[in-house]
Amino acid sequence: MKVLRDLLFPSMAVLCAFLAGALIVALVGDSPVETYRLLLGSAFSWPDGIGYTLFFATPLIFTGLAVAVALRGGLLNIGAEGQLYVAAFATAWIGITFANLPAVVLVPLCCVAAIAAGAVWGAIPGLLKARFGSHEVINTIMLNFVAVALVGYLTQYHYRMPGDPIMETTPIGSGAHIPRLGAFIPGLPARIPLNIAFLLALLSCWLVYVLLWKTKWGYEIRATGQNPAAAEYGGVSIRKEVVLTMAISGALAGMVGINEVLGYRYRYYDGFSDNYGFTGIAVALLGRNHPFGVVVAALLFAVLQRGGVPVDAFTQLVSKDIVLILQALVILFVAAEAAFRRGGRG
Amino acid sequence: MRSILTLSLVFSTIRLSTPLVWAAIGGLYSERSGVINIALEGLMLAGAFTAAAVTFYTRSPWAGVGAAMIAAAFFALLLAVVCIRFKANEVVAGTGINMLFLGLPAVLSGALFLSSGSTPQIPQDELLPTLSRLLPIAPQWRVLTDVSIVSFLALLVVGLTSYVLYRTPFGLRLRAVGENPEAADAAGIRVNRVRYAGVVLSGVLAGVGGAYLSIGQSSLFTRNMTAGRGYIALAALIFGKWRPVQTMLACVLFGFADALTIQMQGVVKLPSGEDVPVQFIQMIPYIVTIVVLAGFIGHSRAPGALGVPYDKES
Repeated sequence: MKVLRDLLFPSMAVLCAFLAGALIVALVGDSPVETYRLLLGSAFSWPDGIGYTLFFATPLIFTGLAVAVALRGGLLNIGAEGQLYVAAFATAWIGITFANLPAVVLVPLCCVAAIAAGAVWGAIPGLLKARFGSHEVINTIMLNFVAVALVGYLTQYHYRMPGDPIMETTPIGSGAHIPRLGAFIPGLPARIPLNIAFLLALLSCWLVYVLLWKTKWGYEIRATGQNPAAAEYGGVSIRKEVVLTMAISGALAGMVGINEVLGYRYRYYDGFSDNYGFTGIAVALLGRNHPFGVVVAALLFAVLQRGGVPVDAFTQLVSKDIVLILQALVILFVAAEAAFRRGGRG
Repeated sequence: MRSILTLSLVFSTIRLSTPLVWAAIGGLYSERSGVINIALEGLMLAGAFTAAAVTFYTRSPWAGVGAAMIAAAFFALLLAVVCIRFKANEVVAGTGINMLFLGLPAVLSGALFLSSGSTPQIPQDELLPTLSRLLPIAPQWRVLTDVSIVSFLALLVVGLTSYVLYRTPFGLRLRAVGENPEAADAAGIRVNRVRYAGVVLSGVLAGVGGAYLSIGQSSLFTRNMTAGRGYIALAALIFGKWRPVQTMLACVLFGFADALTIQMQGVVKLPSGEDVPVQFIQMIPYIVTIVVLAGFIGHSRAPGALGVPYDKES
């Protein structure tokens, strides 16, 4: 019954969002049927459709997990966007600075940099909340802007190739590249940037599941999220939990840097994130803050993102920005629905 | 240094703080009633796009501003229904509204003007006027009245808000439902009705702030043209301790930082001979907000029931 309800409500929210989206498409003067056919149909062709869809899903799984872990701990992390920017830069920084190290050392080092930088940037609002009681929502929003400015500065003034008109760093050492899945799967060309970070994302889902439901740490995080007063009475240090949860959340968001820098562009590219941090909120909500739900939700949004390309090319009036509208509508419907259900039960 | 502290810096500060003041004062009505308004950014974008599109068709900036107020109020109402009626998480719903306005103006402008993201250019004399254009002012004084009517009205709105908030029954009700909804309810105030009013008002004012961006300061709507101003307005509201005059001063401070960034470009050099990196000045409002929230510069206390939906039965 519970599983059924967990499936039913998100599906209803998605359906409502798609209906509202169809209305907008119709108002704009295009055919909703044709638009949705392009939007949903292009993701399943082999190899480009599936390859790119899974590639687009990778950062969304990471940010979705980041938001979900924080929400399980009773915290709203609006700062995944800033965390992944700082982490991606740190990844590239290590990859550039130690470019001559062999791959067996450099790849793990870069991954640790991504995770650590994300964790630190996430832990700051956690610490501010634990120490001063300032709300994590405002601080994570503010830190998003600080992060973007900070990495923009470092890129522009210190790590850009002289004369390069694009805001990007010099390339990382070849030892830091991680393989694309095309190297293992016959028929999947190497030009498709789907890489082993996707497998890492799936592994992270499983690890988050184990952490939250099979360990004492996870139990304490969830206890704090559900009833901080009771958790504290039971001997949990709320302050420690807040910092720890935000650090884990930031670390997960930071792993986007592995996919982006080590598996895709092989450098830090300013402004690379297509709202991954904010879409992560939609992914977590739709996935019911459960790691396995996050994968399903991330795949749905990745399908839409992949479908945005043909929508741009083949429809008369609608642009790929319809994808953003659908994501926004999903957020609004899921947000309204979750509380509605809580009201119904209580 | 002296060369940059000029009259143009003053005017630049006024121009850049105007949209912040409108949005932040808008946010004040919502947050004093107890509803977090992260959606200021999206509501400003709603106003900016609507103003530009309607002004383009009607050739009247006043029709543009009016439409911007209505459009932003409509989406604020949507936010209010989702948050108050359906008790959605206010931050999440606000994020949804913000994301909606990254996409919606682009899709609409693509359909209306066949360009993804921006509206057509509006001629200079159909933009929101400055005081010099509106009033018969002698040429030698025009340099002082070369500010937009919207900047001038922003001052009036701040004064009016101070009056409404502290001197009228509506203001008292607004503060009461934001601080202690149970007590307000016991005193016979319709808590959620007041909150609806607060959120919708925030849309109206943020809509004007957005309209100023597209048909006052600029002459067209471009994609994501608020560029985070809604969040800076939110920061100013916190820095201003949710009070009208302080909030305005915070907006002016942040506008000044922005103006200084522009003026310093290529003029002021570090001792090493390099430009001062703009990024460090851009960070100022955000870092100031974090520091203020942590309680280092005075204490900024949010309205007591901010972010807590009101449920009569519980």
